Amino acid sequence: MKKLIYLDHAATTPLSLEVKTAMEPFWSENFGNPSSIYQLGIRAKSALSQARQKIAKILGAKETEIIFTAGGTESANVAILGLSRAIQKTLKKPGHIITTKIEHPAVLNAVLALKKEGFAISVLPVDKHGLVSLEKIKKTVKPETFLISVMYANNEIGTIEPIIEIGKLLKKINQKRKADGLSRIYFHTDACQAAGYLDIKVDKLGVDLLTFNGSKIYGPKGSAVLYIRNGVSLKPLIFGGGQENGLRSGTENVPAYIGLAKALELVQKNKNEEIQRLNKLSQKLIDGILKSISKTFLNGHPQKRLPNNVNITILDIEGEALLLYLDHYGICASTGSACHSQNLQPSHVLQAIGLPREIIHGSLRLTLGQKTTNKDIDYVLKVLPDIVKKLRELSPINISLKNG
Amino acid sequence: MAKKSKQNSSAKLGTRKSDILGRGQTPWVYSQTVRDHFFCPKNFMKLEEEKKFKSNAQGMVGSPACGDVMRFWLFIDPKTEKIKQCRWRTFGCGAAIGSTSMLSVMLTEKGGMKLEKARKIKPQDIIKRLGGLPEIKYHCSVLGDKALRSAINDYFRGTNQLNRIVPEEGRIIDPDTKTTDKDIEMAILEGADTLEKVQERTKVGVANPKIIPEVEQLIRFYKEKYSISDSEGKNG
Repeated sequence: MKKLIYLDHAATTPLSLEVKTAMEPFWSENFGNPSSIYQLGIRAKSALSQARQKIAKILGAKETEIIFTAGGTESANVAILGLSRAIQKTLKKPGHIITTKIEHPAVLNAVLALKKEGFAISVLPVDKHGLVSLEKIKKTVKPETFLISVMYANNEIGTIEPIIEIGKLLKKINQKRKADGLSRIYFHTDACQAAGYLDIKVDKLGVDLLTFNGSKIYGPKGSAVLYIRNGVSLKPLIFGGGQENGLRSGTENVPAYIGLAKALELVQKNKNEEIQRLNKLSQKLIDGILKSISKTFLNGHPQKRLPNNVNITILDIEGEALLLYLDHYGICASTGSACHSQNLQPSHVLQAIGLPREIIHGSLRLTLGQKTTNKDIDYVLKVLPDIVKKLRELSPINISLKNG
Repeated sequence: MAKKSKQNSSAKLGTRKSDILGRGQTPWVYSQTVRDHFFCPKNFMKLEEEKKFKSNAQGMVGSPACGDVMRFWLFIDPKTEKIKQCRWRTFGCGAAIGSTSMLSVMLTEKGGMKLEKARKIKPQDIIKRLGGLPEIKYHCSVLGDKALRSAINDYFRGTNQLNRIVPEEGRIIDPDTKTTDKDIEMAILEGADTLEKVQERTKVGVANPKIIPEVEQLIRFYKEKYSISDSEGKNG
């Protein structure tokens, strides 16, 4: 088999071997149900508690503020739907939620579901680099606003949002609201893409709710965390035996959560060196592509971006065809093209940063990871220009590139 | 025998097996035939060839915004009305490229296809020859037959046989503007998701308010078909 160059780490990451080892004893050996009172159960319970403590420590939170769920989507849903349903009764008018156009569907579609239930929603635009504006947030806040959900870093274009600044702004707004007798606004951030590279200390960020998952940080799929600040009350989406503080019933997926804790510990411990290494590689890849292929440009913020994200538009070719060629050469990548999506709609993120549809079809996302080497980048830079040349030869269109 | 029937069944339209696995050892999103045509496209118009190629018919359909554009160049023998040579270019996904390449083979094999027969080619015929396509790709990607019919009309126009031109199929919704249901479908695929936006593109019903309810119904139908949700983003 030819060598596989995996450059789709924003989609999912491989399980790290250390994580796998940490999980190993909890499949067949210490398989007990944490709710059982015999030793096997207690062993599972205590391991789960240690995992929770480990995560809490990294977040600068308390153990009781961490709940485990089965994925990033679930965590974001519990945060948004759970808070909205808990708060509904305390409001006289329909509550108001603010989010952004570039959120992951886990957030956007949860918010849209609430709109159908009668909540008011504002979906804020972003600038051409994908940044949300504090000014716009400030202007959009209403007396009925109770939730703001802004992602920490975007999965497609890698733009890092000003979460700390939004947190500070909300603190000020909330102080004023308290004096005015208004209820407070809660802040949720989807940190799924950020948890591997950025500081996720919840107090520093000023968030009340934070979501991240295992499958983006070399942990197991089907594992995620929702951080819930003490005093924030949520309604569960899943009912049953009352596990996870009653917010996520069902027997805990002990090996997955042990793995998740280990994964978070590892990525956070090594993040500084990894950021430096990946920054160099991704910059080399960006510079190389822009230099060797005409009619290309970078999407996302030039500086405020995840160290592993490269998102480039290549004009006159279609993304899915490009991916099929890259796959032929053993390179795994992603695109915002409609042809690549389930609903035939081009990327909502690239639309939000103002790209016209005919250009979105030619976007290529390469997301680097722990195993990505300088050699891999050289290889991509060697084969990509030829693939683009070949597809452009087949293409009947010639879009002109305006304003660089 | 059993093997043969299995092969036959997997060549049926949209067979799940060929959606997921190529018949080779490597899993692939399309059939082996699509794969062959994608990586080794037949009859495409090479850059250096474009000026030299002697064509007497050209046709183009699609739009870059929608994600697929196909262009055909044909050389039709005026005596036999057979397509002797065919060149194409396609902007689009693997299915789009593969299906145009396959169509070019169908048109020129066995001494060339007669225009009357070529005009009757349906996307299903191409998909069958490709060994199936994922269902989601049926509509957008297989535009080759339309580009071909547009080229055939171009031939009749060029040879002054105007009575033989057949306007593109579709049900006329607005007799004033000659807008068809296909035009509305295209407008929606190009991003028009409200009546106003569809009207901006097609002028459908502007002078004919009676038909608006039908237009609105079609908009809903196509939006559902392509899972397009209502546009969001208004503040407040």
